[in-house]
Amino acid sequence: MDEARLLMRSRAGTAVIAWCLVWALPDGLAAEPEKSVAQLSALEQALADLPSEDETKRERAILVLIEQGDASFLPRLDDLRANADRSLRLAIKPVADLWRNRANLTDPDADTRRSAATDLGASGRILAISWLEAAAAKESHRWVRYAMEESTQLLRLASDDPAVKVEAAAKLGELRSQNAVPALKELVQAANEPSATDRQKTVARAAAAAVERIETWNVWSTAIETLFRGISLSSILLIMALGLAIVFGLMGVINMAHGELMMIGAYATFVMQECFKAYFPSAWFDAYYLAALPASFCAAALFGLILEMTVIRILYGRPLETMLATWGVSLVLIQAARIYFGDLTAVAAPAWLSGGAQVMVGVFLPFNRLFIIGLSILCVAGIYALLFRSGIGLRVRAVTQNRNMSACLGIPTRKVDAYTFAFGSGLAGIAGWALTLVGNVEPGLGQNYIVDSFMVVVTGGVGKLAGTIIASLGIGGLNKLLEPSLGAVYGKVLILVLVILFLQRRPSGLFAIKGRHADA
Amino acid sequence: MNAQNPSSADETIADNRQTGLPSRREFLLQSSRTAAGIGVAALLGNLGQWALSYGADKEPIKIGVLHSLSGTMAISEVSLKDVVSMAVEAINAKGGVLGRQLKPVIVDPASNWDLFAEKAKQLLVQDKVAVVFGCWTSVSRKSVLPVFEKNNGLLFYPVQYEGEECSRNVFYTGAAVNQQAVPAVEYLMGKEGGGYKKFYLLGTDYVYPRTTNKILRAMLLAKKVSAANIMEEYTPFHHQDYQTIVGKIKKFAAGGGACVISTINGDSNVPFYKEFANQGLRADDAPIMAFSVAEDELRGMDKTALVGHLAAWNYYQSVDTPQNKQFVADFKAYCKKNNLPDGDKRVTDDPIEAAYFGVHVWKQAVEKAGTTDVDAVRKAVYGQKFLAPGGEIMMDEANHHTHKPVLIGEIMKDGQFKVVWRSKGLVKPEPWSEYTNPEKGCDWVKHQGTYKKA
Repeated sequence: MDEARLLMRSRAGTAVIAWCLVWALPDGLAAEPEKSVAQLSALEQALADLPSEDETKRERAILVLIEQGDASFLPRLDDLRANADRSLRLAIKPVADLWRNRANLTDPDADTRRSAATDLGASGRILAISWLEAAAAKESHRWVRYAMEESTQLLRLASDDPAVKVEAAAKLGELRSQNAVPALKELVQAANEPSATDRQKTVARAAAAAVERIETWNVWSTAIETLFRGISLSSILLIMALGLAIVFGLMGVINMAHGELMMIGAYATFVMQECFKAYFPSAWFDAYYLAALPASFCAAALFGLILEMTVIRILYGRPLETMLATWGVSLVLIQAARIYFGDLTAVAAPAWLSGGAQVMVGVFLPFNRLFIIGLSILCVAGIYALLFRSGIGLRVRAVTQNRNMSACLGIPTRKVDAYTFAFGSGLAGIAGWALTLVGNVEPGLGQNYIVDSFMVVVTGGVGKLAGTIIASLGIGGLNKLLEPSLGAVYGKVLILVLVILFLQRRPSGLFAIKGRHADA
Repeated sequence: MNAQNPSSADETIADNRQTGLPSRREFLLQSSRTAAGIGVAALLGNLGQWALSYGADKEPIKIGVLHSLSGTMAISEVSLKDVVSMAVEAINAKGGVLGRQLKPVIVDPASNWDLFAEKAKQLLVQDKVAVVFGCWTSVSRKSVLPVFEKNNGLLFYPVQYEGEECSRNVFYTGAAVNQQAVPAVEYLMGKEGGGYKKFYLLGTDYVYPRTTNKILRAMLLAKKVSAANIMEEYTPFHHQDYQTIVGKIKKFAAGGGACVISTINGDSNVPFYKEFANQGLRADDAPIMAFSVAEDELRGMDKTALVGHLAAWNYYQSVDTPQNKQFVADFKAYCKKNNLPDGDKRVTDDPIEAAYFGVHVWKQAVEKAGTTDVDAVRKAVYGQKFLAPGGEIMMDEANHHTHKPVLIGEIMKDGQFKVVWRSKGLVKPEPWSEYTNPEKGCDWVKHQGTYKKA
């Protein structure tokens, strides 16, 4: 190709690109003063200079792009980046990020707006202040506006004017901005240098005050979050232990396969999800999770019923044999699940349970945890109603307390046993259903939780619902209290030690046992 | 031999001609004679063929496959057994090694470390295998090590590991720490990786994460990262509740510039990534760089929470080379043909690739040595090159490890990785890290294994 044709081609290309740029300007940006032809050509020149080997040329090009560019250059920057070598990609990244984040400030999705605002705050580009302020004025979402204000002040903090700095520091303190702490601490430290000027010291005083304010707030927000986590873990423990408390507590059966009943509940949820994927319109997908509730309950209850009729019924009154037999069943179930489902499957949480709510600065409550807390309260209420406010519950309690007398009075004790066991198993299924929200679905699922469940039931006092509730609150809360300082491993070890010591003092748990096994 | 058939048939026809239509009795007699003739002929034919093949071919070479096919590690190790079987099948189809067929002896140590040593002994002493391909976890490798050293066996170990080991009886086809963890952290510190300044080292509580993090901490401190900006934390195996840890990461990451270096193993990854996303942390703010999450593990996971996070390996299924396309297609076809779970939905990953080229490296070495004798093969492995699916690799001249490329990948929503960074050429393996053991080296040619650098 000769040079003249090459030139023609590039001119034609420039014209087409320029036209495309005008056409592609997003509505929000089109309102800006039109770029002059000179400006456009300077930008074109900058884009052409970007891949240049010459460092100064490249830096100048980046400066031009940052100061005069706009989001419409993004596709071309991305193109460049896709085919660039490492050093060019490095050069393009800040420009592309800056313009992408600016465009994202008006994105319909609140999370995108919020993260764009945060990124702009971290980018250190003073010119983003005006964008952030403009966006904040129109912003209706509380926490997005918060991020915008925070980022604006963070950028101001980097200003040369000490007065602006002082003001920004005070404002950041008012906002209790977590993100500002490192920058503020740097300012405080700068004043400690021997060469520090009076101006720096004034700024440092403001920064120190802000840091103190933020850190006081931090203590509170951490306390609230720890409390929430404690309750959340407790509710998970409670949901797991409820079924066990009924089977172990009321019936005196040590069911080592209880964890695998949870696993069945979790797999039922997984199967439900796959069914919805395969047979229902995708808009209904999120409903699978609700449909999985009865499915997991029924699957686990049915399995419990079969287990009761084939294994446990034969071994009533022989707890050690029951334990061994159910342990064997659990091993069989684990390997069966492994063969049938493979090793690791997971459930996608429905959209309405993903993410969380920011309740105040530094305190963020995930929806799935809130859901589990609610569920555990519902379960307890349901079980209470069933056991203490219904005819069935009356019979269950009667059989538990005096089997022979109940039989004399015409209560079908065998049937009551079977149904109670099935109900306890169904509760395990619900636990499995809830656990898919936090963990994965895999054959070892039950094994991971069974020790914790037994710990709760034994500590609480076998056969007492109130004991189970209090024990799960205590163990869960203590766990979360210890974990931040001791770490997950030692936290868990210490909990076990504490439980052992507690059981030394009170072998029968928090509440003394009553019932069939009291005389055993 | 087949000549018997026509002749007996001829006889029958001749009989028919003589007597006209055969009587019922005769007919039965004749046809049974014919049938017997055919039967004997077939039997003789088979026998002959078998005798022929037995005479022509030498005895097959036995090779051991030592991977957990049940228990917790089955999730990862079954695929390695599959790919070794596939490689063996392909080699056999092309005439085997030294004109002899390969015969895999597959044992199942069931994720039980003691059983690993027992099965290794069985393979070496009882089955007298020429080589063993196997192990995943470091503890299983450590437990078979004395067995291999005592019986002078040869183990090809295909998984990335923590280093600080230099055995004469093991060839490490996975990465050493300087071929995965160290370049990954260097990448994150560099401008292109995001210039991260704060590092949260999070792992499962066992030898690989602890040793790797020890090296990484030494490296970060050497690179002037202040100790306050390095957090280190461990969780038990199967840990499910990551609320507190993610909360801590969130506070740690405030102000930006923080990343997570994850050596979490196995099923704990799912709750961790879920919680990370649920508490509103994004891959852009604080990416998780994982060393134990590969395509095979992602297969069953829900990927929404993982998109955008990073991993460091030496190979990805998405590596765009002709030999890799062939390899991926072959593996899927093999799994489908043999009715393995998931069939052609199976994926390849780094350890699968390393297990695969391990078999070929061994084959080349045996051919070079002209024998399967362990000492001769060992010498022949040194400097061996092979065009692996991910590109050409080279066995080190002396330290029993593999020169490999390093790739950083970003998780995409289909469970594959997009390569975002790749090392220039192959990275030389260092069993002893320059950060924690700068004075130590490993060399089996000039020194006897681990030696002190002058």
